[in-house]
Amino acid sequence: MQLLNASGCLDALTAPDVARSLDAFVTKTVTPEPREGNPPPRIAETDHGMLNAIGLANPGRQAFLGQTLPRLARELGPVWVSVGGFRAGDYAETCEQLARDEVACVELNLSCPNVDEAPESAAEVVGACRAATALPLYAKLSPHAWDIGETVRAVEAAGADGISLVNTLRGTALDARLRPRLARGAGGYSGPALRPVALAAVAAARRATRLPIVGMGGVSTGRDVLELVACGASHVALGTVLFADPDAPSRVRAELRRELDELALATVEDAFCAALELVVKAEN
Amino acid sequence: MSRPGRERRRVVAVEPVGPYALVRLERGMLDPGNPGQFFMVEAPGRVLPRPMSLCLAPKGELAFLLDPIGPGTRALAALEPGERVHVFGPLGNGFRLDVPRPLLVGGGIGVAPLPYLSEALERPPAVLGFRSEHHAEAAALVPNAEVVIDPVLVTDALPEGRDVLACGPEPMLEAVRALVPDAQLAWEAPMACGFGACYGCVVEVDGELKRLCVEGPVLCSS
Repeated sequence: MQLLNASGCLDALTAPDVARSLDAFVTKTVTPEPREGNPPPRIAETDHGMLNAIGLANPGRQAFLGQTLPRLARELGPVWVSVGGFRAGDYAETCEQLARDEVACVELNLSCPNVDEAPESAAEVVGACRAATALPLYAKLSPHAWDIGETVRAVEAAGADGISLVNTLRGTALDARLRPRLARGAGGYSGPALRPVALAAVAAARRATRLPIVGMGGVSTGRDVLELVACGASHVALGTVLFADPDAPSRVRAELRRELDELALATVEDAFCAALELVVKAEN
Repeated sequence: MSRPGRERRRVVAVEPVGPYALVRLERGMLDPGNPGQFFMVEAPGRVLPRPMSLCLAPKGELAFLLDPIGPGTRALAALEPGERVHVFGPLGNGFRLDVPRPLLVGGGIGVAPLPYLSEALERPPAVLGFRSEHHAEAAALVPNAEVVIDPVLVTDALPEGRDVLACGPEPMLEAVRALVPDAQLAWEAPMACGFGACYGCVVEVDGELKRLCVEGPVLCSS
């Protein structure tokens, strides 16, 4: 089990120590053209989570490949690159230009809730990228899908090597005068409130595939990591918790060791799919 | 430059200052940083910490002045002595102190960084604006301050030929910038992380959206 960051929840160039405390660093999503992102205010805390409408702010493919990625690779070694776009060709062209020695894995962001342009169907994007690169391809999916298993089977058939989920849920919050607190109106909802959604989504994905799954959504403790693994996650990413606690990776690992001791498990992998077996038994 | 640290610090006291609260924490090994820099302070029971500029750095302590108007600031104002909260900082860029004729300008809870700044600049004159006499009790924290109360504005009381260092609500900062184009202004924005990760706190700098936690919070307008 590797511990990663969720894309967009850490800038390794401003916080390299935090990035190094993870097993792998996932970049903020890169799109073909530079994007300034949405106007402020872009974030709002709610009682049990936070909303963000950053809007895929990034320097664009050219600056990312020419400057950001080489710097990241020098600091950290090969990284996971989150690739975004608005049509299958956008994703595939970026994948084509990613150098093997700088990139460990490509995560296709098929689920950003904060842009107006809808990407083409997940499987079509994965298929185009599969033809463009030999690098491992992970499809990052939304928790909004009615049938996550169906999407997972479709992207696997199109050539995905792994699944990442969940991205944020779309949400909004109002101020005292009943106006949206985000300039964009709505945003992506993350944090502790997302965790039950993530557990169910990972479980649904695991029932549909044997591919590796990076589980994420509201993880803030070692116990949370173990629960995602029990629902079928192979690896786990930390998101919103990194904003509040940049020491979270080492803390979560220490908590995880204590949880394993309490449950008399030797390794994290011993908990893999534990929750699914019980559900299957109950169904039978 | 001072290196940020993150520690769980004990609450020494929470003292009322007019309608505001002065939260005094044990300093531990944390560096108080430069005036205008800020700390992310854990708000008990909330998902995100709150950015707070340092108000005072008495021996062995870090003190933050806050206005308890939201769930996070209310949770901080309700802290009891002996409770512990995580504190991360100092973060961002503070005020430049190499100015020959400093004048501190503050509005409302924007006076928060001025007591520590005043100390560093050896108590220069200050002009502070508040919306009521009750709020103006916070002026006691800033030496050599002239106080104006709404509807009189700080911009009505600004002497000329001074190097202005200001913190306050956005309309006040805009008005100060219009009168003193080279003023150093400390801005505020909602922040999730305070260290450049979330891209939530962007403000327009030279026509581009930039992260306030990385570029600021003190920006020079000219």
